[in-house]
Amino acid sequence: MSHGDELIRLSAADLAGRLAAGDVSSVEATQAHLDRIGAVDGAVHAFLHVAGERALDTAADIDRRRAAGESLGELAGVPIAIKDVLVTEGMPSTSGSRILEGWIPPYDATPVRKVREAGLVPLGKTNMDEFAMGSSTEHSAYGPTHNPWDLERIPGGSGGGSAAAVAAFEAPLALGSDTGGSIRQPAHVTGTVGVKPTYGAVSRYGSIALASSLDQIGPVTRTVLDAALLQDVIAGHDPHDSTSIADPWPSMADAVRRADVAGLRIGVVKELDSEGFQAGVRQRFHEALDLLERHGAEIVEVSTPNFEHAIAAYYLILPAEASSNLAKFDSVRFGLRVTPEGGGTVEQVMSATREAGFGPEVKRRIILGTYALSAGYYDAYYGSAQKVRTLVQRDFESAFANVDVLATPTAPTTAFKLGEKLDDPLAMYLNDVATIPANLAGVPGISLPVGLAPEDGLPVGIQFLAPARQDARLYNVGGALEQLLLAEWGGPLLDRAPALTTHELLATEEGAV
Amino acid sequence: MARVELMDFDRALELFEPVIGLEVHVELNTATKMFSPAPNPANDANHGAEPNTLVTPVCLGLPGSLPVVNGEAVRKSISLGLALGCEIAPSSRFARKNYFYPDLAKNYQISQYDEPIAFDGEVEVELENGRVFRVPIERAHMEEDAGKLTHVGGSTGRIQGAEYSLVDYNRAGVPLVEIVTRPVVGAEADAPALARAYVSTIRDIALSLGISEARMERGNLRCDANVSLRPRGQEQFGTRTETKNVNSFRSIERAVRYEIQRQAAILAAGGIITQETRHWHEDTGSTSPGRPKSDADDYRYFPEPDLLPVVPSAELIEELRAALPEAPAARRRRLKQEWGFSDDEFQIVANSGMLNELAATVAAGATPAAARKWWTGEIARLANAADRDASSLVSPTHVAELAQLVEAGTLTDRLARQVLEGVVAGEGSPQEIVDARGLAVVSDDGALVAAIDEALAAQPDVLAKIRDGKVQAAGAVIGAVMKAMQGKADAARVRELVLERANAE
Repeated sequence: MSHGDELIRLSAADLAGRLAAGDVSSVEATQAHLDRIGAVDGAVHAFLHVAGERALDTAADIDRRRAAGESLGELAGVPIAIKDVLVTEGMPSTSGSRILEGWIPPYDATPVRKVREAGLVPLGKTNMDEFAMGSSTEHSAYGPTHNPWDLERIPGGSGGGSAAAVAAFEAPLALGSDTGGSIRQPAHVTGTVGVKPTYGAVSRYGSIALASSLDQIGPVTRTVLDAALLQDVIAGHDPHDSTSIADPWPSMADAVRRADVAGLRIGVVKELDSEGFQAGVRQRFHEALDLLERHGAEIVEVSTPNFEHAIAAYYLILPAEASSNLAKFDSVRFGLRVTPEGGGTVEQVMSATREAGFGPEVKRRIILGTYALSAGYYDAYYGSAQKVRTLVQRDFESAFANVDVLATPTAPTTAFKLGEKLDDPLAMYLNDVATIPANLAGVPGISLPVGLAPEDGLPVGIQFLAPARQDARLYNVGGALEQLLLAEWGGPLLDRAPALTTHELLATEEGAV
Repeated sequence: MARVELMDFDRALELFEPVIGLEVHVELNTATKMFSPAPNPANDANHGAEPNTLVTPVCLGLPGSLPVVNGEAVRKSISLGLALGCEIAPSSRFARKNYFYPDLAKNYQISQYDEPIAFDGEVEVELENGRVFRVPIERAHMEEDAGKLTHVGGSTGRIQGAEYSLVDYNRAGVPLVEIVTRPVVGAEADAPALARAYVSTIRDIALSLGISEARMERGNLRCDANVSLRPRGQEQFGTRTETKNVNSFRSIERAVRYEIQRQAAILAAGGIITQETRHWHEDTGSTSPGRPKSDADDYRYFPEPDLLPVVPSAELIEELRAALPEAPAARRRRLKQEWGFSDDEFQIVANSGMLNELAATVAAGATPAAARKWWTGEIARLANAADRDASSLVSPTHVAELAQLVEAGTLTDRLARQVLEGVVAGEGSPQEIVDARGLAVVSDDGALVAAIDEALAAQPDVLAKIRDGKVQAAGAVIGAVMKAMQGKADAARVRELVLERANAE
């Protein structure tokens, strides 16, 4: 294994340790990841934009500052990939849509600014379903990302690019966004770790809004500690986001380092442990719970009767907010402009631009949302959905009155084949059955790998959910389980992923931008 | 365009009862905008900036940008609500009003819908004829202004026939309070004057609170006038029109009057009124149809998920209530009494819009009568001739100083007018001008007597005429003396001295 191959397989925490010790420079680490991207991203297509030169400049700057004895953040010099939903000053930011092709934002999203200020090195922007609408990246206007475990399969969505980049060792860390599972479901299908923090823990300023009351930015990593270290960097109050929480946060990294499940009460959500879930997914889920029980956790069954209505409510609230959030894409101030043949009025130009610039899933949800908010339908649709949302929140409240955290499989199945569900929006929406309730209630969730499904050899994730603001509980239970599993497996699950070769790269050229 | 029939106003009032409803938008003069840290062009400090220079990603609705409520705008809105006699909501919410228009950066306006910050108020409005109305306020809510479109090409500057349009987003996000009245009934023939006086009262309130620059010509204060007619004896309101673009106090009155006459002609001819927005044209003094408007307009309002509810503490509301200035109507009553003016005298001052100047002049030491005389007399004349605001010509302190110089006998009225012209020309304070120009009245009888002797020598028969009872003959001598003294003599004193001389001989 070459020096570069060794560097890219390090966790962010380990790489940060090597950087701090002076064993390796940030330029070397960054170059190793850029080389990896060059070698495998033709096959994986995790990135929409790679900012190699700027990354190396940033890395060199960090190396200089370190050499000058400056005190730097714990993750300084570590490369990171950024989901294209976050605006980046001087770097394209498309949110996976044709309508933003070529737009260069004049400002950084707050999480991006914090990542830069902490000395991390942005490598580029990762692929996603258009405006984060999807569970497979197949709705990206720039072609799908491929799952590094099996290039014929989906990497999850919408943040499949960030998850695949981390799983394929193209970056040790990535930022994602989670509106109904877009961080956790990709983590599940790629054998990585993904966290949706409490709503309001991380600023949404500069995150191209899908559904404002559901969106949350969070870490995408290969280890629970790395996720904690990244959340510690990006969390905190932002005066630019009124919905960001003002109170200070405890260190999530400390929660991982002190992880201990003795006496922890874990509730298994009865409604999300059913026949509708793939056998191998349920098997690994229960094995993980058994392991925790053997190490002192108490496993109890809890019922959340209103979760069954969560998807229906979600698919009214999300499109309603999205239909309004996406109205700004009208060609007047930025992005694509399509002028009808022979010119036209501003309304005709707006209409032609939106017709050409939005993909079918985006149009579907704009129409749904516009309808749900219409006079005469508002109470029946948007109004009722808000009531269900309240009921889901109450389910969480009564569950958390008895348990410290909840556990579910992250998604019903392992990674399905690209194209398999593209023509069946409902089947695609059902992927999010276990992840959506957390967004409706604003509570935090983590997904971490618990093994491979025996029937297909693909990764399976477990999801833990905690009460709002109790993100540290997720890092505690996640960190503990990860250590127990590593001991059982004798190494990270991703070591079992197939090596990506240039042969595969040639086989999937359609993925290139 | 088809010729519009208008019915005689008095005839219209015989047949129909007018009902008006007014929506006034007040641009707040906060340092920054409603939801962004961009400088606010509705604050004098930022007025007249180059297009699109007072913008942030929030004003431009750039992807990823988020609104944050300006706390000062909330405080000013609460003060305005309190001054309108409204209840202040312990919790109110912003909502999105969704519609596509290129001056609306996000293609939705952040406004308040079913939960306004202030509601259920009442404003006392006094008309120029002295009648007093209590106008019921339904609500006052916070929202953001849109940008400004300039249509280029075509002859009218309107969108029809334009080649292209320019958008200036400086105004996008300026904090607004929209004040909505309930339907106002019972004003009858005074309805147009009431509409005008109401907006003028809102302006007075905004100025006394210091929450807005309140200049109609700059759009700091904008009025939409709803007018409907119902046949005499009918309970149900008629169909209303909403006239927009009414940008001066005078046009508000004219626009309401015009709509009453226009609608009356249509209704009397058996026609029906279309519910629509209409545009006021200052040049022709008429309205033309705009967008058809119906209750079915669907803005798909829903609670703004990017903002938390506005929850002012009871302490804050009480603090702002305690700091409220006197209501304009109450203040007028107090001043009228303190100054001892007759109804007519006070009305003239109030209608001249120089109440504040008068009050400041009295406060600076002038008698109310003198202050009234100067402001509604010579200063008003100069302002009119120069086509400027009286308040911009001279300060109340200088007017008070001038009045005191007259009172003390240092200046005659005629000299004082010359001094005032000097003040307006920027030559300094009245006393400085008196000193510099040597304009003070000559009060030394010796100098006057010498001048009288000289004049009598030139007109020897005058004294005899006076003694014969032709007292008016003194005028010729007085005139000659005033001329010789270059006007710096007190004509009354000169007259006294001439008569004394005649009687002594």
